[in-house]
Amino acid sequence: MTALPPALSDWFAAQGWQLHPHQQAMLARAEAASTLLIAPTGGGKTLAGFLPSLAEIAADPRPGLHTLYISPLKALAADIRRNLRRPVEGAGLPIRIEDRSGDTSQTQRRRQRADPPHILLTTPESLALLLSHEDAARVFAGLRRVVVDEIHALAESKRGDQLMLGLARLQVLAPGLRRVGLSATVEDPAALARFLGGGAEVLLADPGPEPDITMLDTGAPPPWAGGGGRHAIPAILDQVRRHRTTLIFHNTRAQAEIFFHHLWLANTDNLPIAIHHGSLSREARARVEAAMVAGQLRAVVCTGTLDLGIDWGDVDLVIQVGAPRNVKRLVQRIGRANHRYNAPSKALLVPANRWEVVECQAALEAVRARDLDGEPRGPGPRDVLCQHILATACAGPFTADALYAEVVTAGPYAGLTRRDFDACLTFCATGGYALRAYDRWQRLMLRDGRWRLRDPRSAAVIRQNLGTIIDSELLKVRLKGRGGGVPLGEVEEGFAASLTPGDTFLIGGEVVRHEGLREMTVEVSRSPGREPKVAVFSGTKFATSTRLSERILRLLQAGRWPDLPAHTAEWLALQAEVSRLPAPDRLLCESFPHEGREHLCVYGFAGRNAQATLGLLLTRRMEARGLAPLGFVCTDHATLIWGLEPVTRLDGLFDAEDLREGLEGWLAGNAVMKRTFRNAAIIAGLIERSHQGRRKSGRQAAFSSDILYDTLRRFDPGHLMLDITREEAMRGLVDFSRIEAMLARVRGRIDLVRLRSVTPFAAPLFLEPGRIPVQGQAQERLAEAAAQRLMAAAGLT
Amino acid sequence: MSGYAFTFAGADLVALPSGGLHWPAARLLVVADLHLGKALRLARRGGGLLPPYETRATLMKLDADLARTDPATVLCLGDSFDDLEAGAELDPQDRDWLARQMAGRFWIWAEGNHDPGPGVIGGTHLAEWQHGGLHFRHIATPGGAAEVSGHYHPKARLAGQRRPCFLIDGDRRLILPAYGTYTGGLACGDPALGALMGPGAVAVVTGARCLALPYSAA
Repeated sequence: MTALPPALSDWFAAQGWQLHPHQQAMLARAEAASTLLIAPTGGGKTLAGFLPSLAEIAADPRPGLHTLYISPLKALAADIRRNLRRPVEGAGLPIRIEDRSGDTSQTQRRRQRADPPHILLTTPESLALLLSHEDAARVFAGLRRVVVDEIHALAESKRGDQLMLGLARLQVLAPGLRRVGLSATVEDPAALARFLGGGAEVLLADPGPEPDITMLDTGAPPPWAGGGGRHAIPAILDQVRRHRTTLIFHNTRAQAEIFFHHLWLANTDNLPIAIHHGSLSREARARVEAAMVAGQLRAVVCTGTLDLGIDWGDVDLVIQVGAPRNVKRLVQRIGRANHRYNAPSKALLVPANRWEVVECQAALEAVRARDLDGEPRGPGPRDVLCQHILATACAGPFTADALYAEVVTAGPYAGLTRRDFDACLTFCATGGYALRAYDRWQRLMLRDGRWRLRDPRSAAVIRQNLGTIIDSELLKVRLKGRGGGVPLGEVEEGFAASLTPGDTFLIGGEVVRHEGLREMTVEVSRSPGREPKVAVFSGTKFATSTRLSERILRLLQAGRWPDLPAHTAEWLALQAEVSRLPAPDRLLCESFPHEGREHLCVYGFAGRNAQATLGLLLTRRMEARGLAPLGFVCTDHATLIWGLEPVTRLDGLFDAEDLREGLEGWLAGNAVMKRTFRNAAIIAGLIERSHQGRRKSGRQAAFSSDILYDTLRRFDPGHLMLDITREEAMRGLVDFSRIEAMLARVRGRIDLVRLRSVTPFAAPLFLEPGRIPVQGQAQERLAEAAAQRLMAAAGLT
Repeated sequence: MSGYAFTFAGADLVALPSGGLHWPAARLLVVADLHLGKALRLARRGGGLLPPYETRATLMKLDADLARTDPATVLCLGDSFDDLEAGAELDPQDRDWLARQMAGRFWIWAEGNHDPGPGVIGGTHLAEWQHGGLHFRHIATPGGAAEVSGHYHPKARLAGQRRPCFLIDGDRRLILPAYGTYTGGLACGDPALGALMGPGAVAVVTGARCLALPYSAA
């Protein structure tokens, strides 16, 4: 067992600190090739990951990089550096610790490569960049340990896949490298261990006491539909008053903004409450973070950006507004309260509408049963592999055999076939087109059996495009005024395009008026007191997880609901009486007339994205059958379709084969596919990221990736990028896999209930926003009418 | 076809939904900013290897317009090639295709900033061209009159979509949209375009059919 250096033990003793059992265990496993530590928030996991490094460096403080620490957040790396320096400097250990990210200066970065610190703290993107340099082999040759923090979060995205390819590379450069993964509680530790690779063994820390989690009693029942939790504001303010610091989580940025706006209108005591989310300007976020650390805030309204483990001081209550969608994320959020080991975390759930009461109840039961969820991620995406191949070529020539052997040691790519690898390599080298147009201008050339860049200058372009986070096109929002105006934050380009001057929207908790678009900036003025028209910038719509959906279905089958508030229990009973309650092994469809239209409601419980796809597929098939569908709307549990003809028989409407066929036809031209293509094409290095500065000057040179997508479909439908796009969409926004899982679950047991009027469960769907019209020529007609109106208004003909 | 017919400096012209300009009386078809060979040029410079099909996509579109308008004269209004080497590097199949289109027609390549000199493809190479009282050049000039140009790739916003558009400013100035497949656009309202357009200017958006709207609303 590796012993702590005496100076460090003494310092710990002087602080009255004692190592937790799992921290001891990490020291004992210092020599193990790969370890995954799973510990609750506040369990001192990060220190546990570093203890063996501190011990080893203190015993042998020769210069050179010893440990690489990787975290998903820049801020986390900087935070850890401060926390780590305390014991290191306190114990007087000769250990150099530095962090490195996109914010690190050029000089500092160059110096770090020439003379690396003992411990380097960085992000997956910065590591990818380091590995793409010619001197990577020298920099990392002596590396002994790598610590991946918050690996559960990284494993959910392509950043994790990229990082694991990076680790595979590091393992070749430094064969004795030992790896450590640090994770919050997850549903499938073995799968995460396979992801980490290196034959990782799992070390489970004591999960700590049960969280204290309940549903907030708001007095008045929540509304029938919609989100936001406005009805709960008085009760939430009351809770804020009774706690030191409260985090109020929302599922989307738009909801957080609207809630914050109304919270302030009701905040008559002027409690210091702030807002924090990813669309706010960096300055605004930094102000909130500083105030939080200084203990000046009583509450922060926030989104997922506060999910990860930065220590925000003295949070003693977490409030989740809106159904949590995913039990694992809920548990991790709850962990933010009482960031101390062995103290129970306190959390309140606030269902935003009547349906979410049921969902929150199911989530509560899941938390108590420690029944976590998560969707299996599928094999490592090939666009990330393409990027890795290009980045590897930037560092120097390689042979295909060696790189393939290396790549399959990365957990997510363990099952990659040589054929798929070769297709990615060909794509990087020649574009992989049926038309061999680039023989003279290949990106990678094979010379003496080794692949290398044809033009060394292209390395700069490739490096600039490294990374797998693709932001949607964002426009800055500034207050119109002297000196360029105060920056308020960013909105998506699509949202900005939907605004006309005079429209009001919310950002940073303020109502602002859109004044105009200037270059790449949305100019606004303050417009206090007005009702905002819209706030629809970004915000990933997480779908309710499969496991939570199953739990909801079981809860519905209980027949009696003593744990639910009376208003909701009565609503369920009424549904059972009027129609039926959805069951786990059946698919319920209701058909009824309402206000002159015919309706079909499908309770698929497949999550929002899959229910939307189902809506598109079903309406297409209904169109073909002459049922004249007009539109649909969907939630995480149901899709409501309206049209002119009643649905009285389903015969084959849900046939999986037919749906899949429809998917192929519909999918191709869909906007979701185009967006998926764009992201994959940027990651794979086919197109460059647009950088704000460059876009401004060369606007007419940049063209939409939609054109590339359409061209490829038309002339080269078998191309790798289209294959990748399809695969991505199927498990992402289209989420067809969950439709298939749903059909497999019900195995043909589909019930069509014909009713005379709208049912208790269907009624709230009529109030849902986001209705999607079924249209063909409609778009063209709308454009024509709009053009005529504009011409007439301007007195032109 | 649903083009937009209008009179410009005494000439009866039709803006085609494809982005081409037809002058029936002169049996003239004008197309601007084809940017042929763009993908290859980007590859040569070490960038991404884009789907190398944009030249044939553009030629297919041109085929349709040639069949529809049967012009005696075709004027390519500059930036026809993405650079001077692009013509020489055209795929042989595409080059033959272009030759077939040019056969039997008076074919003018006007100079653009991307292709400021004669290339290896036949036809007539000119810096600018005057015909029937209209003045054709790649880039609009500040004092231009009866002037037809391209270069800016204008795009207009209509009912939530952005589409390439023609810009018509009285009898002074007519700016064509980019005809090439791999071309982006400059939004109406950009200062570079705003400086050229007078108060009564009209934008004609292309797409399934041509639609006119005030420049100020585009």
